[in-house]
Amino acid sequence: MERVPILKIGQILLVSIQIDLQDQTVQVLQEDLAERIVRTGARGVIIDITAVDIVDSFIGRMFSTIASMSRLMDAETVVVGMRPAVAITLVELGLSLGGVRTALDLEKGMRLLGASLPSLADGR
Amino acid sequence: MTAPPQEPVPITSGDDVVRVRQAVRTAAAAAGLSLVDQTKIVTAASELARNTLVYGGGGHARVERVTDARGRAGVRIAFGDDGPGIPDIDLALTEGWTSGSGLGLGLTGARRLTDEFHLDTEVGGGTTVTVTKWAR
Ligand SMILES: Nc1ncnc2c1ncn2[C@@H]1O[C@H](COP(=O)(O)OP(=O)(O)OP(=O)(O)O)[C@@H](O)[C@H]1O
Ligand SMILES: [Mg+2]
Repeated sequence: MERVPILKIGQILLVSIQIDLQDQTVQVLQEDLAERIVRTGARGVIIDITAVDIVDSFIGRMFSTIASMSRLMDAETVVVGMRPAVAITLVELGLSLGGVRTALDLEKGMRLLGASLPSLADGR
Repeated sequence: MTAPPQEPVPITSGDDVVRVRQAVRTAAAAAGLSLVDQTKIVTAASELARNTLVYGGGGHARVERVTDARGRAGVRIAFGDDGPGIPDIDLALTEGWTSGSGLGLGLTGARRLTDEFHLDTEVGGGTTVTVTKWAR
């Protein structure tokens, strides 16, 4: 099974999904992230799905789980780069992703985290 | 023109679910579906393949390109398993109902995302779900 790498940039953990996600990979990613948040004291998580061509109920639920989980550990999650076709499909599937913050791209996602946590923006 | 029949894709692991998605993507693109429609049928297929694996105990997906009487192209996928079957179809097709730990979105979502949806099931006799999406 492939693993999704987690990069640390300042106080942010960046997860850029570049592979076809199977369910077990999703589960392991959630656990890896929880562990990394605690170990690094990261204050923000960005999940970049620019390269993801479908989000089904299992992957969608991962976003909600990571968002709630990170909040409990004092970190904010933003999902960035959702493709228009993916957004249209998610709505029709019936998944609203309530509670998950989104931004159009990585830069806007960084800014969103920076705005709610000013110390992130300048790396202090 | 009818594309040559494809070998059924076995569904016995999470990796197989990914392979089903890829086969459906290829067939949907070849049938000329728009990017949004490709995304819809691949997402529906992902839900149904997972059901085949989780509830059906594994099975297979038959992916084919089809043409209707008016020459319209489409893609059809039949998911089959020899699992326990679904005792109450209406309940299973109720949004939000799950017998497991899901969201109960798979079947209703797949029905909304496709143009045709057929569910054949018998308790003790397995389940077949067939979905079709036509090019516009
Ligand atoms: N192939 C199958 N064999 C037996 N039962 C099935 C099969 N597919 C679906 N079911 C039953 O129908 C229910 C509803 O399926 P559906 O895909 O809508 O939701 P779910 O799989 O429970 O949750 P989600 O898909 O949102 O993760 C399942 O909980 C299961 O009881
Ligand atoms: Mg399901």
